[in-house]
Amino acid sequence: MSTAPPDADELSRRVEEFLAAHDPSATEPLEFLRARFDAGLAWVHYPEGLGGLGAPRALQPAVDRLFAKAGAPTNHPERNGIGLGMAAPTILAFGTEEQKRRFLRPLWTGEELWCQLFSEPGAGSDLAALATRAVRDGDRWIVNGQKVWTSMAHEARWAILVTRTDPDVPKHRGMTYFVCDMTAPGVEVRPLRQITGEAEFNEVFLTDVAIPDEHRLGDVGQGWQVSTTTLMNERVAIGGAAAPRESGMIGVVAGLWRDRPELRTPGLHDAVLRAWVETEAARLTGERLRQQLTAGQPGPEGSGAKLAFAKLNQEVSGLELELLGDEGLRYDDWTMRRPTEVDFTRRSPGYRYLRAKGNSIEGGTSEILRNIIAERVLGLPGEIRVDKDVAWKDLPK
Amino acid sequence: MSDLLYSEIENDLRAGVRELLDDKAPWTGVLAGTEKDEPYDAALWQAVAGQLGCAGLPVPEELGGAGATWRETAVVLEELGRAVAPVPFLTSSVVATAALLAAGERELLGSLAAGERIAVLAVPFATPPGDVAPTAQVSDGKLTGEVAGVADGLAADVLLVPTADGLYAVDAADAARTAVTSLDMTRRLADVAFSGAPARRVAEGGEAVRTALLTGAALLASEQLGLAQRCLDDTVAYVKTRYQFGRPVGSYQGLKHRLADLWTSITQARAVARYAVSCAASGDADLPVAAAVAQAHCSAVALKAAEECVQMHGGIGFTWENSSHLFLKRAKADAIALGTADRHRAALATLADLPSA
Ligand SMILES: Cc1cc2nc3c(=O)[nH]c(=O)nc-3n(C[C@H](O)[C@H](O)[C@H](O)COP(=O)(O)OP(=O)(O)OC[C@H]3O[C@@H](n4cnc5c(N)ncnc54)[C@H](O)[C@@H]3O)c2cc1C
Repeated sequence: MSTAPPDADELSRRVEEFLAAHDPSATEPLEFLRARFDAGLAWVHYPEGLGGLGAPRALQPAVDRLFAKAGAPTNHPERNGIGLGMAAPTILAFGTEEQKRRFLRPLWTGEELWCQLFSEPGAGSDLAALATRAVRDGDRWIVNGQKVWTSMAHEARWAILVTRTDPDVPKHRGMTYFVCDMTAPGVEVRPLRQITGEAEFNEVFLTDVAIPDEHRLGDVGQGWQVSTTTLMNERVAIGGAAAPRESGMIGVVAGLWRDRPELRTPGLHDAVLRAWVETEAARLTGERLRQQLTAGQPGPEGSGAKLAFAKLNQEVSGLELELLGDEGLRYDDWTMRRPTEVDFTRRSPGYRYLRAKGNSIEGGTSEILRNIIAERVLGLPGEIRVDKDVAWKDLPK
Repeated sequence: MSDLLYSEIENDLRAGVRELLDDKAPWTGVLAGTEKDEPYDAALWQAVAGQLGCAGLPVPEELGGAGATWRETAVVLEELGRAVAPVPFLTSSVVATAALLAAGERELLGSLAAGERIAVLAVPFATPPGDVAPTAQVSDGKLTGEVAGVADGLAADVLLVPTADGLYAVDAADAARTAVTSLDMTRRLADVAFSGAPARRVAEGGEAVRTALLTGAALLASEQLGLAQRCLDDTVAYVKTRYQFGRPVGSYQGLKHRLADLWTSITQARAVARYAVSCAASGDADLPVAAAVAQAHCSAVALKAAEECVQMHGGIGFTWENSSHLFLKRAKADAIALGTADRHRAALATLADLPSA
């Protein structure tokens, strides 16, 4: 490509041009979204032909704002966080041209939702210990095993899946990464009820599931490197989202503070102000992180943003309940439900408080993120690894 | 959204300042200086202000400065904080300079920018942004009154004194200045008294002082950031080499996790500090919020970094012969300077419409 990537002005010109050609109120939403993808205005930092224009990632929020202002249909990112935040960057980094063309467009438009088949009963923080086996059978793989805590598996059309393909080598080396068709025979999804009462996540049983070799992402045995890319993107997706001031939990609490003077006490005032400052600090940190990530892959720095987000979201959602006092003792509904989106600020104060507890577990626990920062950023000595040079099959389980 | 990163020019400037400070202000020298009578390191100041031209960074070229902005100035402050350098940069090149810029004063400003003279705002160092209650009065061009706890008061050639009648410049030689034994001996305080000192008015009203304190609060966060990063760097280096129980102490999760948390809060401090200086540089209407957030956040981060630095060095960290206490004293003083975190949160109660109970 000889032309320079578009700058902010050029992008807003293109959005205007696009909107002139596709009236949001007169165009079928899906048709609109597909056209937006084809115009390279979906995720502008992606390459041309794959929904982007090779522009700096930091310019995306401005593009999104222009579309929002024009009343354009959205791709409902709250329904497809795993697709947009994790599967897509991984496919972009490791996928073949064929895979990128097949998967990215319907992923972005929201036609196909995604889930993440990583964690297993015996492999959580220690993801590389996973036991789900994939065995080669000609030009396909046969997969058997159990995954757990799989968010939105009940909605997903596709999954990113890590498996064990070679049990005879140490755990990090014998893994292979696939795209798994959630409608394939042998895939069984069962709800797992959470502390909120509903079942956003699931256990997924894989019994003789056949995956064609063209749905392998990366090389055989390269599963750990591919997974690392997914996880780094996950942390940025959770902690580094673009947001205006007072969005998220703090917006809920600040609004409550303003609207309900009778709830105010001096101690809570101090707590609200502290939360406001820390939220603003986290927001600016996310903004700076995005400015640093041009089109490249995020490094371990994203772990800091995710770590801070989890702590803050838990504190502020707890503050909301305290502020509410009597009302904080009520819960909206314990009925077992199957949500169709992940949104930490929805439903009710009690729900928000409880859902936030997952923030320091999902996407890498806060303890694991601290290990990552200490070792990968600060260069401190690694944890003692008793399992490093042992073949996976010989590990204590 | 403002640019929160560092430009190439800023990185070059940082490298130049760091090289000079490594050479002329190693912590051993800074420590020795705290026990001398000289209120600041005049030779170092000459090098920073004169030789490198840092004093004039935020001043337009036509007024004798370098024509840069508060962004570059803040990078210098990061480095000075990193070295706990005993020079009147924050007080003269930031706070007093901001007052004179706001006042449209030219003559004194030019000599500050050139590093020829040092001026400080004569207010107690803990004063938060906002209106100050003057403790000095002028009549017939003669100034009388007292101000306690003026930072770099002894280093100053000129004192800028707020009065009900505007801001006055007084030759420091015409004031009685008493050295204060300060918590932070790398930036010493002085009690100042005027009895009929000849005074020249440099600004009417209180606007220049308000701008000066606000700019000072916004930029102080960068000094705190530099100090915090230094504490983290020194501590990480130490825990990698100190062995106990047959392992580096930095291999224990009890320390690793705290250092990871510290690193995380320093990345936040950097974003917050950069936002505050970029608001100051562009005259953004959000500056009062940005400065209050920066002070409320960075004060605690710098202090935590210094406290962890002491603790993770163990016994040696508690000794006079270790650098940790220089950082601790500066960090604690900075947390009070230009308004405590609590005062900045109180300001936010109004600015962000979160009224008290
Ligand atoms: C709401 C939610 C949604 C999720 N969605 C998905 C999903 O869609 N797909 C998916 O694959 N997974 C998902 N997960 C799973 C999540 O990634 C794991 O729960 C997580 O990685 C922790 O693994 P574990 O549950 O086995 O806990 P364990 O690893 O057993 O951890 C138990 C405790 O030990 C600590 N610990 C473990 N190792 C260390 C160590 N080396 N140092 C210090 N402390 C340590 C942990 O921090 C934790 O406190 C989800 C989890 C939640 C809560």
